[in-house]
This record gives sequence, structure tokens and C-alpha cells, in this order.
Amino acid sequence: MLILDCPCCGVRGEETEFHSGGEAHLKRFGPGSSDDDFHGYLFEKVNPKGVHFERWRHVNGCGKWFHAARCTMTLEVFGTYSAQTLEPPQEIKDKITAKRPGWSWREFS
Amino acid sequence: MSNAAVSALNGATVQGFARVEETGLHGMITLRGDLASAKVKKAVKEATGQDVPALRTINTGDSGAVAWMSPDELLVMVDYDQVDDTLATIESTLAGEHFLAVNVSDARAMFRVSGSGAGVREALAKLCPVDMAPGEFEPGMFRRTRMAQIPAAIWMPDAECVHIVCFRSVAEYTFNLLRDAVAEGGEVGLFS
Amino acid sequence: MSTRLATGGRLLNKSRTMGFSFNGKQLKGVEGDTLASALLANDQMLVGRSFKYHRPRGIVASGGEEPNALVGLGEDNKFEPNQRVTTTELFDGLTCTSQNHWPSLEFDVGVINSKLFARFLPAGFYYKMFIHPRPLWKHVYEPFIRQSAGLGKAPRDRDQDTYEHFYAFYDVVVIGGGVAGLQAAKAAGLAGAKVLLMEQDPHWGGRAPVDGGTIDGQDPQAFVDATLSELESMSNVTLRNRMMGAGVYDHGYVLGYERVNDHRPTAKGPRHRLWRIRAGQIITATGAIERPLSFAGNDIPGVMLASAVRDYVVNYGVSIGDRTVVVTNNDDAYLTAITLKEAGLEVPVILDARASGGGALADRAREMGIRVETGKGIASVKGNKRVEGVAICAQAGEGAVLEEIKCDAVAMSGGWSPVVHLWSHCGGKLVWDEAEAMFRPDPEKAPTGDTGEGFVIAAGAANGQFALGDALTDAQKAGEAAAKATGHKGKAGKAPAGEAPAYAAIEPVWMMPQGANIKLRMKAWLDFQNDVKVSDVQLAAREGFESVEHAKRYTTLGMATDQGKLSNINGLAILSDALGQAIPQTGTTTFRPPYTPISLSSIAGNAIGDTFQPIRKTPMHDWHEENGAHWEPVGAWRRPYTFQKPGESVEDAVTREIKQTRDSLGLLDASTLGKIIVKGPDAGKFLDMLYTNMMSTLKPGRCRYGLMCGENGFLQDDGVVARIDEDTFLCHTTTGGADSIHAHMEEWLQTEWWDWKVYTANVTEQYAQIGVVGPNSRKTLEKLTDDDISAEGLTFMGWKDITLDGIPARVYRISFSGELSYEISVPASRGRALWDRLVQAGEEYGVTPYGTEGLHVMRAEKGFIMIGDETDGTVIPQDLMMHWAISKKKEDYLGKRAQEREHMADPNRWKLVGLETTDGTVLPDGAYAVADGTNANGQRNVQGRVTSTYYSPTLDRGIAMGLVHNGPDRMGEVLDFPKVDGTIVKAKIVDQVFFDKDGEKQNV
Repeated sequence: MLILDCPCCGVRGEETEFHSGGEAHLKRFGPGSSDDDFHGYLFEKVNPKGVHFERWRHVNGCGKWFHAARCTMTLEVFGTYSAQTLEPPQEIKDKITAKRPGWSWREFS
Repeated sequence: MSNAAVSALNGATVQGFARVEETGLHGMITLRGDLASAKVKKAVKEATGQDVPALRTINTGDSGAVAWMSPDELLVMVDYDQVDDTLATIESTLAGEHFLAVNVSDARAMFRVSGSGAGVREALAKLCPVDMAPGEFEPGMFRRTRMAQIPAAIWMPDAECVHIVCFRSVAEYTFNLLRDAVAEGGEVGLFS
Repeated sequence: MSTRLATGGRLLNKSRTMGFSFNGKQLKGVEGDTLASALLANDQMLVGRSFKYHRPRGIVASGGEEPNALVGLGEDNKFEPNQRVTTTELFDGLTCTSQNHWPSLEFDVGVINSKLFARFLPAGFYYKMFIHPRPLWKHVYEPFIRQSAGLGKAPRDRDQDTYEHFYAFYDVVVIGGGVAGLQAAKAAGLAGAKVLLMEQDPHWGGRAPVDGGTIDGQDPQAFVDATLSELESMSNVTLRNRMMGAGVYDHGYVLGYERVNDHRPTAKGPRHRLWRIRAGQIITATGAIERPLSFAGNDIPGVMLASAVRDYVVNYGVSIGDRTVVVTNNDDAYLTAITLKEAGLEVPVILDARASGGGALADRAREMGIRVETGKGIASVKGNKRVEGVAICAQAGEGAVLEEIKCDAVAMSGGWSPVVHLWSHCGGKLVWDEAEAMFRPDPEKAPTGDTGEGFVIAAGAANGQFALGDALTDAQKAGEAAAKATGHKGKAGKAPAGEAPAYAAIEPVWMMPQGANIKLRMKAWLDFQNDVKVSDVQLAAREGFESVEHAKRYTTLGMATDQGKLSNINGLAILSDALGQAIPQTGTTTFRPPYTPISLSSIAGNAIGDTFQPIRKTPMHDWHEENGAHWEPVGAWRRPYTFQKPGESVEDAVTREIKQTRDSLGLLDASTLGKIIVKGPDAGKFLDMLYTNMMSTLKPGRCRYGLMCGENGFLQDDGVVARIDEDTFLCHTTTGGADSIHAHMEEWLQTEWWDWKVYTANVTEQYAQIGVVGPNSRKTLEKLTDDDISAEGLTFMGWKDITLDGIPARVYRISFSGELSYEISVPASRGRALWDRLVQAGEEYGVTPYGTEGLHVMRAEKGFIMIGDETDGTVIPQDLMMHWAISKKKEDYLGKRAQEREHMADPNRWKLVGLETTDGTVLPDGAYAVADGTNANGQRNVQGRVTSTYYSPTLDRGIAMGLVHNGPDRMGEVLDFPKVDGTIVKAKIVDQVFFDKDGEKQNV
């Protein structure tokens, strides 16, 4: 059972306090978007073996959403950070690079 | 037939190695806004006499308490019949600001578990995935967490007592959880 | 025969006798006994029958690895099957019964399996039988197997004990309270870490006090006592005995299974407590388990692990036999021979399979006058229900008998396997140690935690460090490392010096004799509990089950309740041999928690009885309960389905409630409806994105019904939105939607539109909400208020704050029934009071409370949709002909883009219509309307389905709604709905509004 650090309230809590919310950094496509873009936004989520960026909610806690950078294979948590951002903080990207050289995830690497 | 307000369990109690009581009605206000702003600080001060609490803490005094709920939310606690006045104070102080202040007094149930410090800590440690050890959880801290299968918030007004706030609809479930957690013979002997 | 010795028994208090019963026989033990030692003290060698062949079985081990001696413990509401006698502490009044036999333990007809059917029950028996002709299976095999199958019996009565969980947090958790665990805990504790040390047994010290040697020149027991008292004095160290490390999970999560009251069943408090522990570092000081040897007859009662024989003598003063033959491939078993001899018992021979024999201990045995035969083994054990003798052979040969020796016990040792289970649970890898013939933890491949670093350290025998001195040094190192990894750098002291005689090298012996013929192999048991023999594993290999995981499932090796603690290594060695490959190439099966079985109740913890799950109750719940509520679970809420009067059927109650409400006055507890405040300068803009219709144009004081879709376009919730003031809206959701819609709002605000100025608050439980419904609703309310709620004073779809009999209330003039109707919202704490007032005030109108079924029927009569009936996650508002609720002006709302997708805009989508049976009956729920022809799969084509169907008391006929292909264009057409019994119900497509089409009843 995972441990996650909620970046919003600082709690280091066990997984039962949290709820996973799928892939992070989704870019919304609304009316006027192409079928391909919309299809990609709605259906094509990645599920990589290794480095992954996810959204979590501290549901039994402060109630806030946040992002987590995680390894889906070893369950290592590289870091958690605010959901109010369009890309992972450099500091977390650097940490992943140190541990998983050559990683990439969507447009990030 | 009285039409007075009645709390969820009307003050039910049970005694085990610690005492559990539903503490009746309390005035509670959810206040959302920019917690760093001078106006919110002023509103909280005027409403409760307290400063805006730091991350995951609660400030308490004679005229009220205020707890940190999330980066943009506080729980303001006053007497049940003071809520309307307190709300009015907050609303007038914050007039023109972007904020939300709403009465949630009736949406909640509050419990008090008291006895030895070790006993109350153990009772809570049976239900919440929180380190209840002395030094890790202390008076002044405020923790929102999971209690068995429901969300709850807990804090210690003093070293011998824990307060619990949960939703009103699950008050009976919460009471029963606590009843079992303090049952005689269930002392763990860890914090004593 | 096994018996209690006059001397010895370091764990016993012989002054306190304890009575117990086994299969009704009254026996006596003493305080400190396990059930196993007490049974053996009473010469109860035969304790059970094996699973498949019902062979007589006795106790093999002295700890948690015991495969045979499982009993049903206790009676009635204290009964529990499959309890290991070796880990059951004796208490006065204990009752137990043996398992797996019929009609009795002494005489079992199932044993015929082993005599006649052994050839027919080989590996993979069940799999092979499935392909046999059905009749043979049904009439021959199955009845035969059923009669004798099953391990233990399920309890009949509800468990009367209580169980609980406990959350605890430590820097370092040490599992195992032997000398290594004690030393590791001490080192970590001295360095400053917060330490929990747990031991599954009541006693500390593990094997060392039995096995001897010296620690810092003293008896190991002296070290145990001194270290324990030192640990007890350290405030940062917690000691718990009777607590087993059951499992190690991700990120340092450990389950500790504490048997609080098993040994004192009349004491108050929980029987078991499951500790849910978070550890920075875990040290597994779990020791090692001795392996049996695979020779013919190794399952006969009286054949026991050599270490267990030693344990029973030293710990419990019990001898297994007067004459014990020791058979071994290593030096450790010599300790048993020496112990027996010192206790005055006979050891006719030590059979050492190693041609070169043993070391210092062997010399000592010889000095004591014990005959030692090297290069020899057991060809077969003589006896049936107990050992009568052994036939000796050369280990190198095929089993030719050299000599027969009479004896009544055999102590066997095939070497030791470190207990690597906890290390392996969360992914720790193993290496094969050729010299010691064992798998041990690979320190380079520990399980990793959230930081990516290893979080488990194996110590002592569990790490393959068997020699006393090595184990203590290893434990000290582990304790220091764990403390350091958790940020504690204090002085950790140093390891004491342990000394014990050096052992000569072990020689792996996987089969005895090495070239055993098939007759011997068919009697050489690997898995005692599941009756798996050497020949079965070899057969599996021959039949192509080469992967160890396949061979395991095919033969059932290691799949019993002991999870192969004794059998796995021997089994995979046999498999490797059969496959002609090295043991590490074959590898082990996966170790999974729990280490030994834990009670299901401890896992459930407090989730039982009235705390099984949270039941949400409205402020009026008790009134409902007192007034005949027939409950319906709605999410975690309980809502009245209907209120039954004495003698009334559920159906009649619903009919009465609906008629009375439509004729005069009904009351509905609507408190469970979701209520969410949305406030801020951008609240209107936000709600325009959330709802399909326009909410920003709503005027304060007014209400508007709205639909909410997900980004996939499908309808997910509906409800009435009231605008409170310029900045503030109150959104009502469905009962089930309250939490999820609030979460949905927060998700969009926090992760997409975080720059919008909107705050939300879920105030669902702040209010008790009461629907006052029916032609007399206004008159009833007017009795309680002076505020103007007249037709003009509060128009349809308006709301108003009023005072009702002194209670501040908000009243919404909305209707889900088609009647003149008000929803009254008051603080929850005053909900019951208002309900009582309304019941009183409505008395003159014959007021009736109604439940969810009345609510559903009345809304269906009006053709209103219900989320979850008309919607199922695949329905868009357009399917429901709700275009009026979908804004065409808005550029965007959640779901809009999806609703433009080709499939969503397809005119062939099924659409909502009313359905009226031609004979007035009620359509079956979920029934499909059939069309001509069949589809590609040969199934009948369909053209629609029923979404809601009820008997309408108002119309005295069945009414329904459904989704039908081109439905709205086919009014009057009759469709066929086949029922499951093959008959067909015919229904006409009609307008979905069955009652009061013009809304005259609500507009008064």
C-alpha cells in the first residue's frame, strides 16, 4: 500500500486517504476541436511501465487534487506537486533523470 | 412537542477504558478564501478572537476556535446559537472579497473521547491511519483523515482528550466505532 | 511411545495442571505446554488424517511450519477449524477434535484411497478427470471424492469474539524475537531509532536456548533475559510477543497479527488484533525451518523433524519415543541425538547420509557411545499408525535393505532453509547458496520502497547465518543499517561473541536413497498435508509441467494451509533433478502473505455487526423506523421504500401513499438529495460549463432544472439549481450524486479552471429537506407560517426564506410528482421537529408519508426521467428528448464536444417514449422490444428496451418508459416484448407523460 505526500496539506498518508484520478497534464479539447484531438483527449490515456504522471486526490484529508510522478514498476515516488500547473516542476524532472536516465513521458523528458 | 434543535445522537455516552460522548450541537462555519489575506485574518479574528491557524493546526480560545482544513478553507467553531451573528460578522468584514462562508453546524456531529492520554490515543489509533504516538500527534494539531470507513477530523484539546468531527448522517456509526474501540480489555498498552 | 519425562521442560510450570479434551478424551497437560506437547505427553501420536489418502498422520514439527496436526478448536460459537496444535497454547478447558477422518480417527474408511486408489489419484488427478466421460465423473469419482474431501469443517455459529485493527508507526520493525532479533532491535534502539520487536511465540529467544552454545561466555538464556530487560527499559523500543509478522507490503507496510486472547479465552478484550504498521526499515530475523528427508514412510506418526524432537525434550520435557533413530545430511541433527542421550533416552543409530560424516558434534556423539553410520540412509519406515522400526540402506544405492532396527521414533534433518517469506513478499530476491544448499536473501535485491531504496534487511538465520556468532554479528549489522537508513546515528554498541561447535559441511539429499525405486518413491512424501509424493512431482515433470509454478498447481505441492514450508525446497529439488537442471534455474514459487494463516475476522476488524459499514441516516430516520418503514438502501443511506401499516402488503402501501398524495397530502423525506453551494464572481460561468443548459441567466429567487454530463457526453446527474444571490447558487443533485458531483466540481476547479473565482461547499447534510406534496400542501404550510406562500406569493419554480412554526426554513416550489408541491429545507437539527409539526398539521388532510417507490411511480406517471433508470452511462440528453434543456447558445459545456461525435449525433440512436401495454399489465423491467430478423451472431434483432416500468395506481394500469429506435416518430405503433417465459407482452408507443399533460395540478 503506497505512501504519498500531499503537497497541499503536507500529510504523509497511506493510500487509503487518497484516491487516484488517472493521467495528469491532460490537455482539454472542446467544441471546435478535430475528431482526432478529441478522441486522443478522451480515450487515449497512457499506461506506461515505468515513469508515469498521475493525478491524485486527498479525499480523506484536505480534499485537494495534486499530481504525483511515480514509477509504475517499482512504485517509487519521485515526487508530488501542485495540480495547478501545465508541466512537472524542473526539480522533479531532474530527480527522475538522475534515477531513470533517458526517460520520457508524452512531451516531457 | 418542542421544535428546538437536536444533535444527531442527543448527547449519547458510553464508558469503556475511555469515555465517549457525543457533545451536542456546535456552531461550525466553513470559510473558504485567501487565507493569507489581511481581510480573512481580520474576519477570523473578529469572529473567534483567534489568528488564522497554520497548516494542519487549530487555534482555540474562549470565544471560539478555528481549524485549518485545506489551503483555502478554515473551519470556524463558535457556540451553536452564535452562528448567525458570526456569519454576519464574517460576511460584513469580507464584503467585496471573493470568499465563501456557510453554516455547516447541522451537517456535523462531534464526539469527545476522554480518559487517560494513552487510552484516548489508543482508541483513535484503532480507527485512523494516523500516528497517535505522543510527540507525533499533540494538542494544537488538527488532522483530517479516514476513520474506519468514513472521513473525519480529529484534534486534542488537551493531553487527555480527543475531539472528533464527522458528518451527521454517520454519527451512529462513529459512536459505535468508538464504543468498540474503548471496550474494556482492549487496552493496547502502547502509549502508557 | 511418547511421554512426559520426569525432568526437563524449561517452558513449563509443572505445578499447574490443565485439563483438556481431544476427540472427547479427557487429558491433562501443564501450564506452558502447547497443545502439541500436551498431546504428545499423553502419547497421542496420531492426530489427524491426510487430505487425499486419509493416511494416519502425527505431529512433525514444533512450530508454525507444522503441516499435519490441524484440529478443530473449541465448540459452537468459539469453534475454529484447522488450528495448528504446535502454535496453540494450552489453556484449562481447551477442547479440540481431529479432522479429515470418517468415521473415526483410529479407523478411517477413506484410507482405502491409499491402498486401492493411490494409483488412480496421481498428480493432476482432477485435471485428468475433467476430460473423462461425464457419467464416470458424475457417478463414480465425484461422490467418492466429495465424501472424503474438505479440510476441517466450517463453523456453524456466529463468532462471539471481537477483533480490531491498530495503526502503528516505527522507524524500524524487527520481526522475530530470537537472539538475532533481540540483538538487531537493541542495536537499532541504541542508535536512537523507534523500534518495534515482535515475536510470534509467547517466549523470547527462539532456538538458541535449546540449541546451546555460549554468548559472551554465558548460557544463551542469560543473554536473552539480559537483552530483554535492557530493551524493556528503552522508551524508544516496543516489545510484543504472540505477534506474528504476517506480511510485508509496498512502502514499508507490515501486518502484525497479535493473538491477544487465544491463550486466555475467557478474558475481556479482542481475540486478535491486526497491527497495520508503517515501518521505515524492516528487519526479518525470522530464523530458519528444518527440511524433512524424502524416504519411504516419512509420514508415519513418530517421524519428526530432528529439531522438533529436541524442542519437545528441552522445552516441554516430552520424549517422542524411547528409541529414536536419527537420520541426517548435516551436523545439526547430532544435537538431537546428544540431547536425547543426555535425557536418558536411547538412540540406536545415527544415519548420516554423508559418506564423510559429521564434525565435532559427530565426534561427541560417538564419545557418548552412540552408533554412527555414515553414507547410510533409511530405505523405509516400518509401521502404520506409529513407527515400529526402520530399514537401513546405503544412501548411494537403490534401497537394498542392509539391516532393520527397531525404534519408536525417527528424527530427520534434511538441512535448514532460511525463512525468507517476509523478505520475498514484496519482491525481495533470493540467491541459491550451493555450499549450504539453501535459498537465502540476496542483499543486492531487497524490496524497494517509495524512495527507491531497499527497506527490508534479513538478519541471522533468516539471512543464512546459522552459526550463533555469525547470526549475532549479522543482526548487529542489520540493526545499525536500519537505524542509519532511518536517520539515526547514535552509538549502536557491538555484537556479543557467540560460540558453538563448528559444523561440517552439509551434503544435499533430495531423495533417500539416492536411487530409490518407484515403490519407495511412491511412499516418500514431500507435502504431508496435500499428500504429494516424490513420484508425483516426477510425473508432473514427465508430463511437461516444467515451470515450478505449473508443477505446483498440477501436483498441489505447497498449496495446503502450510504453504509448503516443509515441502517447497525438496519439491523443487526433485523437479530440478527430473528436468536435469540446477535448482536456481528452476527457481521458487512466489511467497505470498500471510506467513501462516491469520483469522478472517482479524482482517475484517471492526467491519462487523453495526459497524459493518456506515449506514447514513437522515434526521427523520427514527420516525420512519417507528412508522413501518420498509427500507431501501440508496448508496450508504437508508430511505423508506414505503411505510407499511400493520397487515398491509408493500404493494398496497405504495398504492395507498400515491393515491393519498394525489388526492390530498403526502410527505417525503428528501434530505438525502445533494446540496452544493457554488459561489463566486465566476459561479455562473462555471455552472454554464457544468450544466447543459444556461444557469448564468437564472434570476435570484428562482430555480431551474438542469442536466449534467461528463466529458464523454453521457448524462450523469440532474437536479434543480436555485440562485441565492448574484454570486451564489445552490445546486441540488441526486442522492447518489452528492459526493461525486461535488468531487467533479472540485476536480474541474482545481485541475482545469484554477484561475476561475469559484468556491464550492457540500452542504448536503446541513439541511433536512421535506417534500410537502399534494393539493392540500399549501393549506397545510399556511397553518404554520404567516409568510406569503400563495400562488402569487411563491410562484412555480421560485424559492423563498420563510419561518415555519418558528423554524427558519427555505421553501422551494418545485415538483417531481406533478402535484402542487413544496420542498422545505431546514437545519438538520430541526428536521425531526418540523416533520412532527407537518404530520400534526396535515392530520386533518389525512397526511401520508411516502417512500421512494411512491416518488418513482409519481415521477413516471409524469414522464420525468430518473438518473439510473433512463440513464445507464450510455445515454445522452438528446436520447431522452431533452433538447429543451440543452443550450444552443453556449459555445461550450462539459459533454458538448462528445455529443457532436458521429455516433452520438446518429439519428438511429434509440429515443425515449412512453409505453402502454395493450392489456394493461406491467412490462417486465429491462425487457427488450424485438425486431424482425437476426443479427450476425444469430440473435434476434432488437429495437428498444424498457427503462422504467410500474403499476400506476392513479391510472390503474401498467405504465412504462423506454428507449426505442425512431420511437418519437412511431407513436401508436405496437411493439413485442418477449418475457423470459416465452410469452409476449404487447405495448403501444405513446407520449411519455401519462398523467396531467398540461400540468394543471401543479399550477394552482
